[in-house]
Amino acid sequence: MTELHLPLLELAILIPFIGAIVVGRLRDPYRARQYSVWITGVTFLCTLASWQDFNLLNYKLADDPIHVFRYLLGRELFVIDELSAPLLPTAALIYFLTIVTTMKTKVRRFSFSWSLFSEANLLAMFSCRDPWFLMVFLALGTILPFIELRTRGRPTRVFALHMAAYIILTAVGWALLEREGLNQPHSLWALSPLLIAVFIRSGILPFHSWIRNLFETATFGSALVFSTPLVGAYVCCRFVLPVAEESVLHNVGTVALVTAVYAAGLALVQRNIRSFFCYLFLSHSSLVLVGLDVVQHTGLTGALCVWLSVSLAMTGFGLTLRAIESRFGDLTLTEFHGLYEHTPALAVSFFLTGLASIGFPGMMGFIGTEMLVDGAVETYPFVGVAVVIASALNGIAFVKAYFMIFTGKRHSSTVSLGIGLRERLAILAVAGILLLGGVVPRYIVSSRYAAAKELLDHRSAVLNDDHSDAVETGHHEGEPSPKDVNELDDD
Amino acid sequence: MLDHAVWVRILGTVIVAAPALFVLLLGLAALVDRPLSERAISRLGETVNLVGLTASIALLVLMIAFDSLIEPINFGTWVHIPNYDFTVKFVFDRLSVPFVILSFVLCGTIGAFASRYMHREKGFSRFFALYSLFLLGMTITSLAGTVETMFAGWELVGLSSALLVAFFHERPAPCRNGLRVWAVYRISDAALLIASIGLHHLKGHGEFSQFLGSAPWPDGHCVLQADQVFLIGLLLIVAAAGKSALVPFSGWLPRAMEGPTPSSAVFYGALSVHLGAFLLLRFSSLLELSPALGVIIIALGAVTAAFAAFACRVQTDIKCALSFASLTQVGIIVVEIGIGLFYPVFRYVALVHILGHACMRTLQFVRAPTLLHDYRILENAIGGHLSHAVDPGAGRFSERMKLRLYRLAMERGYLDAVLDEFFVKPIVKFLKLCDQLERDWIQWLSGGKQEPTVEPRPRATRATVTLADDNV
Repeated sequence: MTELHLPLLELAILIPFIGAIVVGRLRDPYRARQYSVWITGVTFLCTLASWQDFNLLNYKLADDPIHVFRYLLGRELFVIDELSAPLLPTAALIYFLTIVTTMKTKVRRFSFSWSLFSEANLLAMFSCRDPWFLMVFLALGTILPFIELRTRGRPTRVFALHMAAYIILTAVGWALLEREGLNQPHSLWALSPLLIAVFIRSGILPFHSWIRNLFETATFGSALVFSTPLVGAYVCCRFVLPVAEESVLHNVGTVALVTAVYAAGLALVQRNIRSFFCYLFLSHSSLVLVGLDVVQHTGLTGALCVWLSVSLAMTGFGLTLRAIESRFGDLTLTEFHGLYEHTPALAVSFFLTGLASIGFPGMMGFIGTEMLVDGAVETYPFVGVAVVIASALNGIAFVKAYFMIFTGKRHSSTVSLGIGLRERLAILAVAGILLLGGVVPRYIVSSRYAAAKELLDHRSAVLNDDHSDAVETGHHEGEPSPKDVNELDDD
Repeated sequence: MLDHAVWVRILGTVIVAAPALFVLLLGLAALVDRPLSERAISRLGETVNLVGLTASIALLVLMIAFDSLIEPINFGTWVHIPNYDFTVKFVFDRLSVPFVILSFVLCGTIGAFASRYMHREKGFSRFFALYSLFLLGMTITSLAGTVETMFAGWELVGLSSALLVAFFHERPAPCRNGLRVWAVYRISDAALLIASIGLHHLKGHGEFSQFLGSAPWPDGHCVLQADQVFLIGLLLIVAAAGKSALVPFSGWLPRAMEGPTPSSAVFYGALSVHLGAFLLLRFSSLLELSPALGVIIIALGAVTAAFAAFACRVQTDIKCALSFASLTQVGIIVVEIGIGLFYPVFRYVALVHILGHACMRTLQFVRAPTLLHDYRILENAIGGHLSHAVDPGAGRFSERMKLRLYRLAMERGYLDAVLDEFFVKPIVKFLKLCDQLERDWIQWLSGGKQEPTVEPRPRATRATVTLADDNV
């Protein structure tokens, strides 16, 4: 392990944490929003810089140069590795965009202070590799939606039941594995508590009800920041992937595949935009889980690419729906609304982010989806075709929603409902990243391949089971260095 | 002095870059909300088509002059990890060059026509944005040298086509039809994607030369085994059937006529509808390995041609009649391709048929809005009414049978109804049942407190005025 040049990682966690305290003391919600925009913006820059700093180091693992936690706990708490490096700026960007696009009508309803706290917690979670501390951060992460539901007088039972089960099962599951010994493959029964925890957090059948409930009862912004970073996939990568038998992972992948098709189908028949978004998101996030469980380089690399693309695209898609909802209230998808003439920019944003989410050519997710399908078909020869079916259904569902919301009739309004500068900039930022990632995919794919390789190598090391054949571990001309010699010693 | 290979590379790059630049400029203008003027868009479109067409013809001349039958241009490996490559490669050969020249000629003609036809239309910029996307998709699909590149172009064509069907989006019917077209295209795309993944697995690479042989079209010899190609061939046929509106996917073609006439002409009358046939021609050396696939293709083409000719007889509007006439010819082209799998010379017949038919049908479509005017001129010229030919076989049927056949043709063979009734409706019904069960389950879990809705609709204009202030 090496050190970053600057303590960017801890700064990225500390800034929103202190920001949460400062903003919590402000009584004026407009000032709170203003402060939050700056705080999340600086946090995003810190995470982006830490990612670039990590890339420059060319090591598999790095920590901050100031070792506060080493003095306090005897070991480093926050580290950056191949898996988490791009997840940190992605998560920070999700919070930044959500806060930037929060409109005046929403500022009294949306808690900036809790959001900043939740951002600090999420970044801490993505930076932590210690299982027990990770579980603490996972538990803390569930607080924001719960408090918001309570504050707004919405029913909390569904959310609380699922989250309590998720936290308890994660802790019990890991304790069981530690008791059995981590350096061996674990059977389905030994892994059951952890698997159910992953299923719950990822919204895999039949544990997905809480996501729909959350989207229908919480503010859209809070539901978005809680869901789109795909914490369930992260839990799977950290807790399950390194220790599960290959057959167990394939079973998990099959269930995720069923969920992807089922959720895509349900997205087609939804009657309001929030539940539609929820199922569309569930389908995409399940596809990521399918790729994570194929235990093969191409599929895993594809899943990690799709993870980034889905996080960003679905955030952009969700923010567009949120902006529409702010202007027109809860729209049904059973009739045409014809909003295109009033909000053409939102229509374009809706379409671009929707296309990006389904991995359309020229968008960030295109190559990732191709690789994911490739890996899935190789692992589950005929069942893997369901990935393509899910993707096709998602495409139909989102275009159907587009037609319902933006076309079909002439909407009359006496005032301008166009988007403002902040929303436009947010849309441009998301669209720019998604298009750039599509036109120049090499950088992201190389980075995700390195992460996939590290995950599978780690798994092989833990299980003493070599999954990386000679061809797949080979270094190829023109590729960035796989960082595989000197850093192993440091590890 | 530049040598032959450098010229080929320069011209090839210009052919692909011109439409890409067109998309980029119109897309950027839309994203930053600075739409270009009608004049600027028209000029840009004309320039792009002219540049693309000139480069294509120059390349053709160069290939003839140097007696070259195939010119691959590799734009490099965009993604490379062990066991997976994504190569962007274009191939100029006897199939792709005529097709790309056809695309530029017809798109250029229709672009010039549309700049007048769509003058002061509210969605002028939107039309040309989608038109540019279509042109790019056609160029990429025609010239693709790898199956992944072809898939990318294929999807662009599908998206732009579906959105242009729904161009007049203030009315619900075009939007419903656009959605239906999109749904069929997604099935077609899914089939092509699975086929491309299958090919990738068999050869470890998506380059056509890897599995269709390195000889120029149509002389390539597929290196796969006959038993390997049957399933992939079937998927390719499904993809082609969806794109070219072959039976049982024919229902979308008349629906696509909801779009503006220029798009109907160039998309569904000329280029898009022939793309399925193009796909079959491109993979002809793979399909020929399995005689069963040849028989299936001939049968599919024949059934489609017969169905379209039958339905065409009773259509009451000119664009629908033309669409079925077009489909009849596409069916015949597919039959020719099928025969071409046994007698390769028929592949040229199919290609020439595509080129001729596309040009002729485009002309008919762009004249369609002035049909009555044309009739009047004809009738004035001959000094009487035009004769209405009676079908010679009509006398053999009873009145009741005639009525039945008329209804069958009018309802387009009930193809859409059958698909809706036996395929779509049961699935939707099942999904709605699942949705209801989920609602009940959440209701039960939350102790009956679940609130059905989310955000209230903004109440008065005051709220929206606040929103408008906020936006500034």
